[in-house]
Amino acid sequence: MTTDADVQAYAYAGGRLPGHVGDVIVRVREIEKYFGELHVLRGIDMDVWQREAVMVIGRSGSGKTTLLRCINFLEEPTLGTVEVDGLRVEADPLGRRGRRHREEIRQIRLRAGMLFQDFNLFPHMTVLQNCIEAPTRVQGLRRDEAVGIAEKVLDKVGLMDKRDEYPSRLSGGQKQRVAIARALSMEPKVLMFDEPTSALDPELIGEVLRVMEDLAHEGTTMIVVTHEMHFAREAADRVVFMEEGRIVEQGPPEQVLDEPRDPRTQQFLRRFLEIGTVPGHEEEPIHRHGEPRHKHAGEAHSHGG
Amino acid sequence: MSGETVAQADQPTVVERLARAKVRARRLFRFKFFVVWVVLVAGFGVAFWFAGRVDPEFLRVSGPIIILRGVQITILLCLSSIVLATILAVLGALGRLSTNAYINGVASLYVSVVRGTPLLVQILFIYFGLPQLGIVLPAIPAGIIALSFNYGAYMTEIFRAGIQAVPPGQREAAAALGMPEHLIMRRIVLPQAIRIVVPAIGNEFIAMLKDSALVSVIAVQELLWWAQRLGRSALQPMTGLLLAAVVYWILTMAFSLLQERLERRLARSDR
Repeated sequence: MTTDADVQAYAYAGGRLPGHVGDVIVRVREIEKYFGELHVLRGIDMDVWQREAVMVIGRSGSGKTTLLRCINFLEEPTLGTVEVDGLRVEADPLGRRGRRHREEIRQIRLRAGMLFQDFNLFPHMTVLQNCIEAPTRVQGLRRDEAVGIAEKVLDKVGLMDKRDEYPSRLSGGQKQRVAIARALSMEPKVLMFDEPTSALDPELIGEVLRVMEDLAHEGTTMIVVTHEMHFAREAADRVVFMEEGRIVEQGPPEQVLDEPRDPRTQQFLRRFLEIGTVPGHEEEPIHRHGEPRHKHAGEAHSHGG
Repeated sequence: MSGETVAQADQPTVVERLARAKVRARRLFRFKFFVVWVVLVAGFGVAFWFAGRVDPEFLRVSGPIIILRGVQITILLCLSSIVLATILAVLGALGRLSTNAYINGVASLYVSVVRGTPLLVQILFIYFGLPQLGIVLPAIPAGIIALSFNYGAYMTEIFRAGIQAVPPGQREAAAALGMPEHLIMRRIVLPQAIRIVVPAIGNEFIAMLKDSALVSVIAVQELLWWAQRLGRSALQPMTGLLLAAVVYWILTMAFSLLQERLERRLARSDR
């Protein structure tokens, strides 16, 4: 069954979809978000296909973080609908979350894992406990089942040896990898990354991006808000450029990053060029730091509050 | 040659000498401080001994009773009350943070009424007032209820602050994992809030040690009650009261020390 939206989404993806065409995992329709007077999202339509890695770029305040947070309702959209893996939830414009709406949101969240800029590991739990807490208490897995899954994903992020450590004993890069393992333990349909490397020291960024790249190549469906252009070029199936609450341009990375059509995209990318770390094949190895992080630190919290 | 090297190695550097001087100064300060305490306390004791015409027989016979039986009940009272107060405080804090107007209203009323009335009135009300409604409580349970109720209200605000001090990202991360509200509170927020609040609970416990003296008015046989009763009957009221004061003082100092240690241990594990 192919709907108009599917066709449209295929077009969005620039025909560069991974080998097989699966289902649409995330479908966002006409999302509007106001923070008081501030119009942060101005009608976003977006589809993310199974096995697709979508990287969202744009300057601070363009609404990309808010878009991510609206998809799993950490922010309630003012208008619009979000559909994740077949579960469709309408924004509740009055923002009063009734029992039913809360349960729908929870179901969305079970399908869409989220990674944060500042990791947000549970400090009173060990690495392993962090990874089995939700599977056992929310999904109702037996402890040994949950431990099995957790160990598998911890192994994937290369932190099996830290399974009994507390987060305070880990480096920033290790914390973010544990956070990835924690999200993967829930076996979500899509992983959403909100500037996962922005709070990291430059030398720790590579290890996190490497894990994310592996995930992308394995066909994990993901949406990544990032400033790491090298990473986007390497791991993205599609790059989405946002400005002032709208999607201005999207397509395969080589098109959007190398031959941007929209003047706003061109201007944005030129700024990176001036800093000297623009996307460019011959420049640095891919895992380098994209840009000074102070530029964007705190964007996640710059609106709303 | 080698002798010279050794001599040079023995020669303390400026940094080392400064460090040693600092240690010496600190020791001297502590010594003086200690002397002041010993002299003042001993001086006061001696003066009182002669001026107050202390009867040694009273101290020998009544002292141990006041101290042993009194302290026993005082500690029992305070331990039970702090546990109950903590439970009340958690409930109170959840209520005060609730978006449900009814629950929030009830919790806020509790805090307001209890904090707005004297503890002594509350104690008397529970012991002498409630019987008029047919609720007759023995002295010790009445004392425990009064103290728990009172401290529960004050500690409600402490727990509320503790819960609010847990970074909002923790709640978001848990919510993003699909955890429902009550699980987020019980498994993620409260454990961290309690860690934040432990030192404050220690302070409350120490304050309670002293406030518990008030329940002597409803004949709970705690430290002050024994001191007054035996002191009065031996015509040594001042000695009895002073003894009680000294015991309270020692108790609070001991628990402060304990609390300091606990706090240091919590700081070290730093989770």
